Amino acid sequence: MSYEAVIGLEVHAQLLTNTKIFCGCSTKFGAEPNSQTCPVCLGLPGVLPVLNKKVVEYAIMLGLATNCRINKDSFFARKNYFYPDLPKGYQISQYELPICSDGYLMIKTDVGEKRIGITRIHMEEDAGKLIHEGNSSLVDLNRAGTPLLEIVSEPDLRSSVEAVAYLKELRQILLYLGICDGNMEEGSFRCDANISVRKKGEQKFGTKAELKNINSFRFIQRAIDYEIERQIDIIESGGKVVQETRLFDSVKGITISMRSKEEAHDYRYFPEPDLMPVIFDDSLIEEVRKKMPELPYVKKRRFISEYVLPEYDVEVLTTEKDVAIFYEECVKLYNNPKALSNFFMTEILKELNEKKVGIRETKLSPQALKELFSLLDENKINANGAKAMLPEMMASGTPPAILMEKMGLAQISGESELIGVINDTLKENKTELINYLSGKDKLFSFFVGQVMKKTKGKANPKVLNELLKKRLSEIRIDDVDNF
Amino acid sequence: MDIKDLTITECSKMLGKGETTSTELTEMFIKQAKRLNPDINAFITIVEEEAVLAAKDADEKLKAGVKAPLLGIPIAIKDNICTKGIRTTCASKILHNFIPPYDATVVEKLKSHGMVILGKTNMDEFAMGSSNETSFFGPVRNPHDTERIPGGSSGGSAACVAASMSPAALGSDTGGSIRQPASLCGVVGLKPTYGLVSRYGLIAFGSSLDQIGPITKTVKDAALILENIAGRDERDSTSLKTPVPPYSQLLIRKINDLTIGVPKEYFIEGMNEDVSIKIKNSINLLKSLGAKIKEISLPHSDYGIAVYYLIATAEASSNLARYDGVKYGHRAENVKDLHEMYVKTKKEGFGEEVKRRIMLGTFSLASGYYDAYYKKASKVRTLIKKDFEDAFKEVNVIVCPTSPETAFKLGEKTDDPIKMYLSDIFTVNVNLAGLPAVSIPCGVDSKNLPIGLQIIGNYMDEQTVLNVAYAFEQANK
Repeated sequence: MSYEAVIGLEVHAQLLTNTKIFCGCSTKFGAEPNSQTCPVCLGLPGVLPVLNKKVVEYAIMLGLATNCRINKDSFFARKNYFYPDLPKGYQISQYELPICSDGYLMIKTDVGEKRIGITRIHMEEDAGKLIHEGNSSLVDLNRAGTPLLEIVSEPDLRSSVEAVAYLKELRQILLYLGICDGNMEEGSFRCDANISVRKKGEQKFGTKAELKNINSFRFIQRAIDYEIERQIDIIESGGKVVQETRLFDSVKGITISMRSKEEAHDYRYFPEPDLMPVIFDDSLIEEVRKKMPELPYVKKRRFISEYVLPEYDVEVLTTEKDVAIFYEECVKLYNNPKALSNFFMTEILKELNEKKVGIRETKLSPQALKELFSLLDENKINANGAKAMLPEMMASGTPPAILMEKMGLAQISGESELIGVINDTLKENKTELINYLSGKDKLFSFFVGQVMKKTKGKANPKVLNELLKKRLSEIRIDDVDNF
Repeated sequence: MDIKDLTITECSKMLGKGETTSTELTEMFIKQAKRLNPDINAFITIVEEEAVLAAKDADEKLKAGVKAPLLGIPIAIKDNICTKGIRTTCASKILHNFIPPYDATVVEKLKSHGMVILGKTNMDEFAMGSSNETSFFGPVRNPHDTERIPGGSSGGSAACVAASMSPAALGSDTGGSIRQPASLCGVVGLKPTYGLVSRYGLIAFGSSLDQIGPITKTVKDAALILENIAGRDERDSTSLKTPVPPYSQLLIRKINDLTIGVPKEYFIEGMNEDVSIKIKNSINLLKSLGAKIKEISLPHSDYGIAVYYLIATAEASSNLARYDGVKYGHRAENVKDLHEMYVKTKKEGFGEEVKRRIMLGTFSLASGYYDAYYKKASKVRTLIKKDFEDAFKEVNVIVCPTSPETAFKLGEKTDDPIKMYLSDIFTVNVNLAGLPAVSIPCGVDSKNLPIGLQIIGNYMDEQTVLNVAYAFEQANK
């Protein structure tokens, strides 16, 4: 009997606003505990929330990017539960009517494209953090009141691979919009998964389990795979899956029960009386639409048609928004998209990965890259030279022409200089020379290599080829000994 | 000078003429407050030192020629309105040691106008009550008869004005908490339109109903305080953007162009006969002043108490969740885990009535009951609002009793919450509809206990309410 999994995801994305959702406190990560608090986010008696308009804008932006209906008349609700990191004893969230609903996004896996529905996107405040120390627990409320968007998908996902593809796509959109930093370790992009299994062909959903707060793509994939297996095993052995909340133990790679349906909270949602309904008109939506940067899927299509690049190149170049924009700035200055793309894929991205930095954090500029390519075109340096110069260009921002001299990478194009090196090389490799002259043509590249070695890679390959060919044609096999 | 005659207006006149100083006034009221408080228990906290300092500061300004109607005049603040550096308890054990690090917007405003804060007045715990008997700091007694309750929840504010322990006080009104004690203590109490006065710093009970308002000796004083505390506050999203008129300067006695509605549903059977007679006399007086009297109907009035006790308690159950002992206020000792800390803290910190209402509200919001209780109550609330909207198409103000009875004896209703809740029968609908209303004295019963006339106005029409009250007050002298 074959089974299929049914997965829906709830993502919490922290927004990159300067201040919290209901007060003026900073949202910066990593500050001294409780230093970024005020009576409002501490939930002192008598204080009232005031909505940060930026949060509404960001919510609309994500709604537009994920093809949602934007609800121009939504409202906040209180979600009531007790926990020491929740200073008011309730979280201000949205419940009955969220700001965005009924959207979708497209994901791509090995089997092709698929549309994943988005049920809703709503605005809410984050809770604080508990730090456990021995027998006591300490509360840090710096995070309390940080704005979140909760993005709830339809149960359209059928495997952990699809789930990860969806999360990556969503994360990329958030990063492109510049409204979330997508940092999973610090918790600014968090995911809960609702998982059930059913027999293939069955219409009804099975009983679901909810997996809480899994903080990397790898763990999400493993947690979902484990959970699917676990549920199938239960059904196969004649048991019944129970509705519950489970936690993923990343060390053991298993999921464990946290609380059952009976223990589930009754959140007693009701409309938040301290805030007015969130009402706006089309002009705000249009204003937000105008501010929206180009979305990843639009950019990809455009790169393919405008720069005639292979799909693979485009995927790589657009993975990060900053890289994609940087690439385009380079193309504007140096109109050879494919040559640039190759250099990005083989050299620049490799370097960024190794150094673990973003392209904007380096001193590399599109202008400098253009100059580097000009040096290549003018045969002043060769590909090896360009490769060697890149790390220094990124680190210091020294213009390539100066760097070329400083690093002694200027190509040797002068015939007189090169012919001497060629002669020396041939003298030192007489055996190979005899073999070549006896018909082993393939040894030509050996000599090229040797010359390059002697010139520390600076020989102009084109000039070298011509000169070497000419010189070899002049030598007869009998002369080799006296050479 | 007789302290009983010292209204804000009178104090202001004397200060202006240099006949007295703010320091002298302040010391006088503090002396009166300290003398009477052991009997009346109107104050939880008296801040003599701070008051005298503020008075001296005001005197400096007065000497320098600063003219402001509230400058140097003492006032008392209900103890659910936050005052920076002054303990604000909500008359609850759970906040018995809470000192706010900030001022409520209204306090900030009164201070900026030079008012002198005498202290914090007693109240029903978390403003939950109609007799001021639920206070952790003991009941307030009615200055007219100390065997009797002053009404609630702003009983301390009403009693302190009635006993001339302060010329004026701020109260808060969620279901009648300014008007009913004003009525029972024989003073003027005004509940403004919802949103006219900022709630920032008012410790929430029922957020969609709570409003701060003045309790004074005269209508003009109420108007004066109102115009100085009202107005848009960016810290309160529910505060209204409409400009605030200078009510006290626009007060007129002319009411012969007004139609006054008398709702037939508000003259119920079993109502105290003295109250009934005095209200009818009051209506005749208004008629004699030229107003047209018209009988109207507010058909959904009967549902008011039920709707109110579902919505107010639901909001309260959530608003009071934050008192968990984690950050401030009372925290239970000797607990073994977090859950026990929560349970014990709340068990020890909250009084009976507060617990009852938290339970009621929690129930009304619980899944499975939400639709039948909270949601249905919200729908009926809309109908009650509509009753008033319809009525105000035909009349300018509505008059009725503030309370169906006069001050009752301490302990008389404490065992019967429903009976106690019915004290608010004429006042809750006004909160549900968000309308302005005032209670003004209109006579006494056979035991010489004050009776209050309630004048309800249309949304944002405080001026007409005050004008009618003013006309009545002047004619009834």
